[in-house]
Amino acid sequence: MSAQFAVTFASVVAQLLNGLAGASSLFMVAAGLSLIFGVTRIVNFAHGSLYMLGLYGGYSLLEGLQTSLLSFGGFGRSPLGFWAAVVIAALLVGVAGVLIEVLVLRRIYRAPELFQLLATFAVVLVVKDIALAVWGAEDLVGPRAPGLSGTVDILGRHVPQYDLALIVIAPVVLLGLWLALARTRWGALVRAATQDREMVGALGVNEAWLFTGVFFVGAMLAGLGGALQLPREPAHLGLDLALIADAFVVTVVGGLGSVPGAFLAAILIGVVKAFCVALGTREWLGIEISFSRLTLVVEFLVMAAVLIARPYGLLGRPPAVQRAATEPAPPLSPPRWQVWAPALVLLALVPLALPGDRYLLVLLTDIIIFALFAVSLHVLMGPSGMVSFGHAAYFGIAAYAAALLLKRAAVPMEATLLMAPIVAGGLALLFGWFCVRLSGVYLAMLTLAFAQIAWSVIYQWGSLTGGSNGMIGVWPPSWLASKSAYYWLALALCALGIAFLWRVLFSPFGYALRAGRDSSLRVEAIGIDLRRQQWLAFALAGALAGLAGALFAFSKGSISPELSSIAQSTDALVMVLLGGVETLTGPVAGAAVFTWLKDELARRTEFWRALLGLVILALVLSFPQGIAGGARQLWDRLRQRGVAT
Amino acid sequence: MAADAPPVPALLQVEGLHAYYGRAHILADVALSAAAGDVLALLGRNGAGKSTTLKSIMGLVRPAAGQIVFDGVRIDGTAPYRIARLGLGFVPEDRRIFTDLSVMENLEVGRQQPRPDAPTWTPERLFELFPNLGRMKSRPGGRMSGGEQQMLTIARTLMGNPKCVLLDEPSEGLAPLIVEQMAHAIRTLRQEGLCVVLSEQNLHFSSLVADRAVIVEKGRVRFAGTMDELRADPAVREQYLSV
Repeated sequence: MSAQFAVTFASVVAQLLNGLAGASSLFMVAAGLSLIFGVTRIVNFAHGSLYMLGLYGGYSLLEGLQTSLLSFGGFGRSPLGFWAAVVIAALLVGVAGVLIEVLVLRRIYRAPELFQLLATFAVVLVVKDIALAVWGAEDLVGPRAPGLSGTVDILGRHVPQYDLALIVIAPVVLLGLWLALARTRWGALVRAATQDREMVGALGVNEAWLFTGVFFVGAMLAGLGGALQLPREPAHLGLDLALIADAFVVTVVGGLGSVPGAFLAAILIGVVKAFCVALGTREWLGIEISFSRLTLVVEFLVMAAVLIARPYGLLGRPPAVQRAATEPAPPLSPPRWQVWAPALVLLALVPLALPGDRYLLVLLTDIIIFALFAVSLHVLMGPSGMVSFGHAAYFGIAAYAAALLLKRAAVPMEATLLMAPIVAGGLALLFGWFCVRLSGVYLAMLTLAFAQIAWSVIYQWGSLTGGSNGMIGVWPPSWLASKSAYYWLALALCALGIAFLWRVLFSPFGYALRAGRDSSLRVEAIGIDLRRQQWLAFALAGALAGLAGALFAFSKGSISPELSSIAQSTDALVMVLLGGVETLTGPVAGAAVFTWLKDELARRTEFWRALLGLVILALVLSFPQGIAGGARQLWDRLRQRGVAT
Repeated sequence: MAADAPPVPALLQVEGLHAYYGRAHILADVALSAAAGDVLALLGRNGAGKSTTLKSIMGLVRPAAGQIVFDGVRIDGTAPYRIARLGLGFVPEDRRIFTDLSVMENLEVGRQQPRPDAPTWTPERLFELFPNLGRMKSRPGGRMSGGEQQMLTIARTLMGNPKCVLLDEPSEGLAPLIVEQMAHAIRTLRQEGLCVVLSEQNLHFSSLVADRAVIVEKGRVRFAGTMDELRADPAVREQYLSV
């Protein structure tokens, strides 16, 4: 061993403690997420928002809050004030969780899972803008914990007292949760409902209150985790999605629904992260590895490794067979040419009819590109039954591949449009190999993890990608320089891409995918290698998302890591869900409505996210089965009336 | 029609019940009634609509039309937990034991307040009825035999101190010895003054415990009368019950 590798025992201990302290909050957030998922089967995207509220709430309770509505002096920087702020912030966030449950989720427990996901995502948007309105866009740096701001010498290292406090608090919370779950009637009801909530209801338990209670506890844990981080991390608006990714990883690694699993996973990830920071940059077999840069992806690597070895997490078990709450998806029907042909002609005529309207052309180009992106995601979510939370990975990577090929390798732009989708497809082939080994929520979370890896690589590899600045000057050649020429190119390629994907769904391959979604056992029993089909579908969807990404890059002339961010992935998810998973044209309509709405709102108000969130909530609450599904249910009910009377 | 009326005023009365799964019409105009101390067998072949009838009464399947009155209260369209709290217990066909929970915890989930007009059950009393359960109080539900699970699911429902119990296929898949115990338990419930509605494919088991029978076939009631009348009518048995 060279001197470079010398890692002293003392430094190991110091990093271990650092990691454990970091794991504390993460455990609480993940435990809350896990608890809520276990009982309600809702993947609460808003859980990171609750954590963020915990930080902001703790800050304001401690330091005071001045808004136009109310003015509050704060408890002041005393030990009592600090701990009171932490506890009260946690309780208030618990109440916020109850509000979310009662006002939104309670109305849609019978809706398809994906709609519930959409609703919680809308809550993320609303909470983000509430936080923006109340606390502003600046980072708020909390004080060191009063009374615990010093350090303790352990093996000659200065370990912050507060870190030690966090290391003690996490097991205490775990113990409390365990006692509540194992030793109380409430705990028995929660565990019973995790397995079969309908039966619990048939035994006379009011599920609604049980769910509300679970939401309170889960949200309170997120708030506690947030408030406890105040001395270690500033409150800022990006915490919600950053944390939800971390919390997803921890819950999935630990096993969904398992509180001790969340604890183990949080420690594992916290410690691995801390060691990556400590190792810094090392040279190994002549290759320089920057471990500190790895921190952004290391948890996702841990998750990928754990899921491959134990598909249901460290302490998780295969999900209980869910009683079908919703009807199976109806058969797909191909869109009729009487509909799409005139639509296509009309779209092609737009630049001729309104030659001066650059704004409209840019908006329509965006819509067309996102339509292809949404349709490629829909192929996975709908017919293949694989929900991806990370589809933007392929969109973003292809955008970068196209830009890099153009700028660094001087490949003609036309050729990059072919090569970028191949790169994205190849990446999807790699990621997909792991993903198709899982199903349901686990699969969705693994896709999110891979997308986060893609994002981190783009973000970190500054010398190649320009890091957070992105790349500029990614323009098409002169024959495509005009907005209308590029519009026609995008229209032609996206229409071809969409038509190709739709055609594929009516090939034997497409039938196998849909059959596999409806019954994987039966499909395998008739000799179809379902995993292989799903894998191909994954690659295909990735490649077409890549085409959309490359087209997007050249339409804007500049790209940034945002293109493969979680926000970009959820945009696509929202498009598909808004339009409806059950029809082929739904995602196209969803892309159009969403892109237009976002653009329209963003031009009018600073708080466009909240408005967008409220629009999504209104749609979800008025059509809990989706717009198409709602209409069909209404029709069925009318028909039943007719027969019964 | 007089023969299918219960001897005393009905505790549970179902009329004109229609139910659907998606677009499939599962129940068409089902009617039945049962009184306290009365055991009614709902007979019919697989897929005849027995389970759907019980689930509709319990509110687990939303009836499209019809009227369900329990203890003088309309309960169609009511949430299952409210129906349970009115004193109607449901024992599902596939038992639906909480496999992670121990026997005692399973019973705890079923526990409801005592009610003045129904027998009150405690774990101790239930262990008298089902002695096997008393010997495995802390065993997880997932590590019990089918027969033990069947006892537990009934015991769990009784912890809600119901006035009337809906038993979905209580003898299905059980060893003959356990079937005997089930029959004994149902007779005990009857003596306690409970109203019992059970769905069965097994005519033999029904004749051990039931006073009256309703036969459904393709979602319609084909026969309603006393068990004696059913015994005396081989044509009906042949047409709707024989496999």
